[in-house]
Amino acid sequence: MATHAAFMPGTKVSAGSVIWSWITTVDHKRVGILYGVSAFFFFLVGGVEALIMRLQLAHPDSTLVTAGRFNELFTMHGTTMVFLAIMPMSAAFFNFMIPLMIGARDVAFPRLNALSYWIFFSGALLLHLSFLAGAVPDGGWFGYANLTSHQFSPTHSIDFWMLGLQVLGISSLMAGFNFIVTIINMRAPGMTLMRMPLFVWMSFVVQFLVVLAFPAITVALILLMFDRFFGTLFYAPSGGGDPLLWQHLFWIFGHPEVYILILPAMGIVSEVLPTFSRKPLFGAPVVIYSGIMIGFFGFGVWSHHMFSVGMGPVADSAFSIATMLIAVPTGVKILNWIGTLWGGRIRFSTPLYFSLGFIAMFTLGGLSGVMHASPPVDLQQTDSYFIVAHFHYVLFGGSIFGLFSGVYYWWPKIFGKLLDERLGKLHFWLMMIGFNVTFFPMHFLGLIGMPRRIYTYAPDLGWNFWNLVATIGAFTIALSFLVFLGNVVKTTRSGAPAPADPWDGRTLEWTIPSPPPVYNFAVEPVVHDRDDFWVQKYGDGHGTPPRKPSPPAHVDTSSIHMPPPSYWPILLAGAFLFMMSGALVSIYQVVLGAFLTLFCMIRFMLEYHRPAAGGHH
Amino acid sequence: MAAEHAAVAHNPNIGTTGLDHRKMGMWAFLGSECMFFGSLIGTYLAYKGKSINGPGPHEILNIPLTSVSAFVLLMSSLLMVLALAAVQRNDMKWGKIWLFLTAVFGAGFVGFQIFEFTHFVHLGLTLQTNLFGSTFFVLTGFHGAHVTGGVIWLLAMWWLAVRGKLGPQDSLKVEICGLYWHFVDIVWIVIFALVYLIP
Repeated sequence: MATHAAFMPGTKVSAGSVIWSWITTVDHKRVGILYGVSAFFFFLVGGVEALIMRLQLAHPDSTLVTAGRFNELFTMHGTTMVFLAIMPMSAAFFNFMIPLMIGARDVAFPRLNALSYWIFFSGALLLHLSFLAGAVPDGGWFGYANLTSHQFSPTHSIDFWMLGLQVLGISSLMAGFNFIVTIINMRAPGMTLMRMPLFVWMSFVVQFLVVLAFPAITVALILLMFDRFFGTLFYAPSGGGDPLLWQHLFWIFGHPEVYILILPAMGIVSEVLPTFSRKPLFGAPVVIYSGIMIGFFGFGVWSHHMFSVGMGPVADSAFSIATMLIAVPTGVKILNWIGTLWGGRIRFSTPLYFSLGFIAMFTLGGLSGVMHASPPVDLQQTDSYFIVAHFHYVLFGGSIFGLFSGVYYWWPKIFGKLLDERLGKLHFWLMMIGFNVTFFPMHFLGLIGMPRRIYTYAPDLGWNFWNLVATIGAFTIALSFLVFLGNVVKTTRSGAPAPADPWDGRTLEWTIPSPPPVYNFAVEPVVHDRDDFWVQKYGDGHGTPPRKPSPPAHVDTSSIHMPPPSYWPILLAGAFLFMMSGALVSIYQVVLGAFLTLFCMIRFMLEYHRPAAGGHH
Repeated sequence: MAAEHAAVAHNPNIGTTGLDHRKMGMWAFLGSECMFFGSLIGTYLAYKGKSINGPGPHEILNIPLTSVSAFVLLMSSLLMVLALAAVQRNDMKWGKIWLFLTAVFGAGFVGFQIFEFTHFVHLGLTLQTNLFGSTFFVLTGFHGAHVTGGVIWLLAMWWLAVRGKLGPQDSLKVEICGLYWHFVDIVWIVIFALVYLIP
């Protein structure tokens, strides 16, 4: 069918029309693939930045890069990994999987979805144009005031950073509105909230975090923009301004952001473990409630990033207690995951390896996290490599392990080919060993006093050995991703086609062909259980017999109307990028860009206002 | 077949909860906007009285004048309600009039704000003067920008109505615009109370 031909490149269609079909696509599955490919690309970019930093730190008194270049490297590494790798990789799964898992044919606003992607792309482009302009952001991913003031950052470097982040934030917000509506409003009949798959639930919590946390950084960046462009005094101590205002606004966003990064991975693990243990998720409602608790508490702990600024004993105690409390719902989830494995008929496939890696590594990161929830301990550890070790255990050991569990789990559904298991396990073991060799020694380095963000160190401090070990580990991680790329190439060339349900899955996405047709479900599914597909196949184990699968429906799929492609999302994003980048060039470009944006926005909104008879819908 | 029937009769904007996607999306957006204005208002309050030089709010703010402009904005909410009611009952003559008047009242509010800002600059208060200037202009300016966006939206819908492309079947679009418009009004009530009325 034509839909398949357009979806899987390789058939006889001209390259131009293939590219055009991707640029104008509003299909959630294609937007998901665009997100995934971009995210993996930027993951490699951020990874190369990390490798250069590790090479520089492998030996004392190294001169591979200058101090200034090192500042740029850690700033871009952090910004890239958070905003351009982990978030969009989660977004790839939101896009591709959420409609499939709730039994929908698309998201609520397909064109807005495409717009989110192209705005994300614009933000990433704007951020990386700084390399061409020779003014790479160097203020840290947290951009603390007043390092970012004109006085200390006179070039455009910070401008690129703040404008790029502003654009990326708008993309996340639009996606957030879209998925809130999609999840509430597009569930298949019978899929009550408590029957929703766990990945959808955790993603649902994430969308609320995005929608409520991003405005804080939007405002923080607007104030910074006014300080830099118009000379306001928000972060200027000379005018009575308080640089701590930035820290508060940034971390009011920044701490929920931590959960924005980890909850999707927790959702993936909560799908993978039941599938490969062939047991329902242990205490699924508790996992859901604890996810909501994490999201809720996530807004009340931001100042634990700021214990060293001297907020006073009352504030320190309050935020310390809240931070320790948030470890409870997190710990509950870990127990539930272990309970799921307990007594299961476990099948050791690659996705399960990564999920088990997630549980172990995330627990380690959580334990060091609880340690510096205590202000006196935090004061010893803050700004040392101990902190670097901690957040890499939760972001790499947590998010990346979880996301790659999802990559191996859903790859056959997305591309119709099963990734090679042997190479997958090799990838896992190299990554697991490399990860621990890189980041575990950083605990030691931090405790013996090595500060973060230094570009080199003297040879007599006792830091030489573990730094060299960490660098060797970093290259092992890089090797593991070469294995992954090799796996992708091999599978794409010669992998066997995947069946619809390769893992004996439990949720709706496994009921449809791999890869799914554009309309996803020929017939709207009706849901009776949380693990509906499993119960349909095997019964619920408590007396409910397997349901007779309904006979293959004879639906004329050509009668299913899907939203047609649109070029307004990319044009609107382009106009918006033109306006935002004008801030670095000329006020005339900003004004012209604003009019272009308004024009595209109106055309976008009126594209389907009063469609002509016989047209779309 | 049932599925075919559903595919034909199904309005793509109505979800399985029976609610309209677009309206729900607007509510999610307004929730986010609460945090946006919350952060701006929080910044204003955190810096209240922290300016190291004048002029301060009590020397500058003209409460009677701004009360008039606040009244104009609140009345525009009433006009918005009338506009929606007219569109819903297919009275497009009055629908057009009310939509246009809502936009005019909104523009009037923005006009008052432009006058106020110019006047303050003449009195020696700019973005760069002190923390009061920075926080005041950015907070009220972003609110003014929201009103301006709303005026453009209202005028666009009025123009659709003039060309006969807006009818009772589009009343949901007017309703969503109204949600935004009333929200912006409510934010002004908060800003007016916190910035102007409370000493």
